[in-house]
Amino acid sequence: MHPLRKRRLLVVVFILVVSSIGVALATYALRQNMNLFYTPSQVAADTVPGDVRIRVGGMVVRGSLTRTPGDLGVSFRLTDGNDELLVHYTGILPDLFGEGEAAVAAGYLRSGRTLEADQVLAKHDENYTPPEVADAMKTGHAARAARDAGAQGSSAP
Amino acid sequence: MIPEYGHFALILALCLSLVLAVVPMLGATLGRPLWMASARPLAFGQLVLVAISFGCLAAAFLGDDFSVRYVAQNGNSLLPVYYKISAVWGAHEGSLLLWVLVLAGWTAAVAAFSRELPPELVARVLAVMGMIAVGFHLFLLLTSNPFERLLPMAPAEGRDLNPLLQDFGLIVHPPLLYMGYVGLSVPFAFAIAALLGGRMDVAWTRWTRPWTNIAWAFLTIGITLGSWWAYYELGWGGWWFWDPVENASFMPWLIATALVHSLAVTEKRGLFRGWTLLLAIFAFALSLLGTFMVRSGVLTSVHAFASDPTRGVFVLAFLGVVIGGSLLLYGLRAPALRVPASFGWRSREAFVLANNGLLAVITAVILLGTLYPLVADVMGWGKISVGPPYFNSFFVPLTLALALLMGIGALLQWKDSAPAPMARAAGLGALVAVPAAGLLPWLWGSWQWGAALALAATAWIAALTVRDLWRKSAFAPSRWQGLQRLRGGYWGMVCAHLGIAVAIAGAGVASSYSVQQDVRMEPGDTQVVAGYEFRFDGVTARDGPNYHAQIGAFDVRRDGHPVAHLEPEKRRYQGGQVMTEAGIDAGLGRDLYVVLGEPLDDTAWAVRLHVKPLVRWLWLGGALIAIGAVVAVGDRRYRRPVPVRAAVSANVVGP
Repeated sequence: MHPLRKRRLLVVVFILVVSSIGVALATYALRQNMNLFYTPSQVAADTVPGDVRIRVGGMVVRGSLTRTPGDLGVSFRLTDGNDELLVHYTGILPDLFGEGEAAVAAGYLRSGRTLEADQVLAKHDENYTPPEVADAMKTGHAARAARDAGAQGSSAP
Repeated sequence: MIPEYGHFALILALCLSLVLAVVPMLGATLGRPLWMASARPLAFGQLVLVAISFGCLAAAFLGDDFSVRYVAQNGNSLLPVYYKISAVWGAHEGSLLLWVLVLAGWTAAVAAFSRELPPELVARVLAVMGMIAVGFHLFLLLTSNPFERLLPMAPAEGRDLNPLLQDFGLIVHPPLLYMGYVGLSVPFAFAIAALLGGRMDVAWTRWTRPWTNIAWAFLTIGITLGSWWAYYELGWGGWWFWDPVENASFMPWLIATALVHSLAVTEKRGLFRGWTLLLAIFAFALSLLGTFMVRSGVLTSVHAFASDPTRGVFVLAFLGVVIGGSLLLYGLRAPALRVPASFGWRSREAFVLANNGLLAVITAVILLGTLYPLVADVMGWGKISVGPPYFNSFFVPLTLALALLMGIGALLQWKDSAPAPMARAAGLGALVAVPAAGLLPWLWGSWQWGAALALAATAWIAALTVRDLWRKSAFAPSRWQGLQRLRGGYWGMVCAHLGIAVAIAGAGVASSYSVQQDVRMEPGDTQVVAGYEFRFDGVTARDGPNYHAQIGAFDVRRDGHPVAHLEPEKRRYQGGQVMTEAGIDAGLGRDLYVVLGEPLDDTAWAVRLHVKPLVRWLWLGGALIAIGAVVAVGDRRYRRPVPVRAAVSANVVGP
């Protein structure tokens, strides 16, 4: 083979091998570090794996915020209008965190229906709701409405 | 009436940009000198009109004209004057107007400083920039008009600027970042003009390089300021979150960095022409993509002002036209610009190629991690976020590889170098880097891998750069004269490479040795963090111009000696928003960083205490990189007219 062609072939093969290794690694790393978003209803329905980091979003239920005396532990409940999820967190809550406001908590599910959060995010501006939470609220309310309608339907003769 | 004048000026600017996009381009194709010559006055006229429009919006803010919807949503009569002005670009519409103003400014600057360029090239470059302006003017006027009125029901008071944005960082961060983003339209326009004209000669590269450098410098400063702002304003003590918005500005920076290096090879050796053009196209395409992601509301962040689907569709369509059109043009015309390359692997070309390859890979990885959640959402695969570990696991090793190459590559010769000097240089570098990795981390009390690798990379780059400086200045009667004889381009490179070294040290040490404690503190309590004793002296109330603040007092001592007095604040703005202002004692060696969390009971507060070593070095490094880029532009060869004979046609190999 012509030396120039041979060199080019080598370069092309090298690029192909390196880039396919790269793509494989990137995809693997991406899968390892993805945090899926769930709604409290999905957590309640047991569709969520227990050993991966997840994010759960919803509105903080009014009156549900309690503090552990003596340290920085807090717990609160998140709702999507249909189901609720208890969240534990130790640390400082963000400025715009508040009862009746949207929040997203990230962490691991422990013993069934408690989220051990290592991160709590709140909205960052007065008029803003994270799109995930807005969606979750919409589907949550719809599910609630459907359930109520179903309950009424079955109680009717 | 003032807002109507602004609106009218904007419409006139659109008309001028339409003419600018069409007439000079036709003139260059048909060989009509007058048509081509119309580009300059049109560019100046566009700048004047957009500036008038921008001035009108600023006047509406200063005059508290709340009948203008945008002013009513983002202004407030109690805002200090400087925030009233920065509120102009505090939200979507106004920031787009700023974008258009910056674009008009760059276009006029190209028109003003291109007297020695061939008229066809100038006409094409300005016309391409005119086309971009048409897109943005239309976007502004059709989907995001900042001059829309709220009549007859004008509110008495504005809703106020988001408190997060009431800050010095926000006054300067967006304009500088935009200067960088939009500045990349200049090399893009030069690339398109080269493809259209089928010529890419030494004159072309000499003209493109300074513009690219300046845009890159602005982008560097913009990103650095963004990181600094996030650090002190968000109150988390972090300086980089791999947030999609940060990535949106970082990707064009990476590609522009590759472009800056590739242009050097194109100028000096006439090689990598197609690659240089491709990088110029991608750098601008990524800044448009950044605009799309940030402004269309698909992202959850401080920057996502509005989720108006028509805006997203418009930017996406615009993006498609620009990227699709320029890649099509590239596919058709670039093969004609090919020149056969020949260089050995120990040459500067080979190392620049490797640098470009690594930068492209880093960009691709970041792009994947940034776009995947968006694609997954659209495709219904669930709502996903990609965590920082993904980005770090690629970025850190690839950056270390870049540092390794950077140290050697900068001192190699073009075409090929002898093996022995390269081996000697590598030996010296290793001689400095290995002890640095072994010993320097102990300055912070313990030995950690991350910090050791970062410090080794820093020592490696610094040692090899300084050694090269020493050797290059040896051929003169005195050392001082030798240093003076070195060219601006070389000094720029030295400065920027040292900037990278400084930033790597800052990132490595700050990541490894930062200590953070979230604690509950009563007045009088003392907490020890990394050898510093933080004493909490309680909280007092004070009022600002448009907020109430609670100000904590912290007395910091080390071994009994007073070090700093910090006053972090908790502010409640009139709109009811709560903001944290960190108390920071900044230092070259370490930052002390205190944040008031929330009141827990009568007197106790949740408090976050940080000690962050070398964190300032990150931003210092960014500043050095930008200074290097500007110093390189001062090189005298860019001010000398390029001799006509040096301008070889694209199909002929340069000597």
